[in-house]
Amino acid sequence: MSLTNEIIQQRLTEKFADQVGEFVISYDMLQFSAPKEINLKVLNFLYDDSQLAFTFLTDLTGVHYPDQKGQELAVVYHLHNLKDNIRLRFKVFTSVEQPDVYTATGLFSSANWMERETYDFFGIHFVGHPNLKRILNVDEMDYFPMRKEFPLEDQTRIDKDDEMFGRG
Amino acid sequence: MSRPVSYNLIQKPLEADISMAPLPDGHQGEGFFATSLDAVIGLARKNSIWPLPFATSCCGIEFMATMGSHYDLARFGSERVGFSPRQCDLLMVMGTIAKKMGPVVKQVYLQMAEPRWVIAVGACASSGGIFDTYSVLQGIDQVVPVDVYVPGCPPRPEAIIDGVLRIQDLVAKESLRRRNSDHYKALLESYGIQ
Repeated sequence: MSLTNEIIQQRLTEKFADQVGEFVISYDMLQFSAPKEINLKVLNFLYDDSQLAFTFLTDLTGVHYPDQKGQELAVVYHLHNLKDNIRLRFKVFTSVEQPDVYTATGLFSSANWMERETYDFFGIHFVGHPNLKRILNVDEMDYFPMRKEFPLEDQTRIDKDDEMFGRG
Repeated sequence: MSRPVSYNLIQKPLEADISMAPLPDGHQGEGFFATSLDAVIGLARKNSIWPLPFATSCCGIEFMATMGSHYDLARFGSERVGFSPRQCDLLMVMGTIAKKMGPVVKQVYLQMAEPRWVIAVGACASSGGIFDTYSVLQGIDQVVPVDVYVPGCPPRPEAIIDGVLRIQDLVAKESLRRRNSDHYKALLESYGIQ
């Protein structure tokens, strides 16, 4: 029997009880979240379980939700089961004051650069990462550009002529 | 409102099959011609500029058209595009320069021998263009001194040729002492060079 979203959800709730939650299926893709303290346990379970076998980390990124007090920053893991060709999305949340999340580099080597990128843009500190430094931006940058804490462009500015850029 | 392209305003009729560069100002008589060394060297330099293309995006594609047979930058003595900064006279920066690329542009500029000129082709190289963002250098004049800016997004090949001709004017009229002047040294000093 091939793997379905229902089976994944059932296996996860059996293993982690009410620690995992917020199950959503959007566009046939299962999404759930867990406390950041157990992110490695969940990833390890999804990896090692012979039925689930989510052995491929396709993406790892961050999201900033400035209105969620205490849970401003999310780390999103996209996992892929190559055998049954099924994907899922796993989120952990952390506060922006202390954005510490355990690194997944022990489990997925591909997490190395993706966690560096997430650190670079969102400032999420991956505890235990072997080389956590900026990867895309200049080393001198002293802010995290993808956080939603910067003002939008002033729409009345006139120093850049819109007509010259085809957006007049 | 459209902005008409207005290059080649001064029509130059074809005088002969082979166009010759005009003589610099001077005195001539039977068997001699006297002029200043500046003018002779300027004349030689301006018609043999070796460009160094530093092309990062779409303006580079326009430059490829400029070098091609249709527009043919070679007509102006610049057919020898060099890819070694040590041998080139004119750094042509074409395209968006990310902040991370800034030190590379500066390094290439430092590797060039004096006298050297810089042309910023396109809105991005000149001012950052539409990329008014944290990762893009807002004009290469933040890292190297620029002689000529070519506007456009991207500029047409005629505009790039026009920019090279403006460079040629600068090269021809430049005093041989300019690169030793205090003013020039202060300019380089302001960019942290030397």
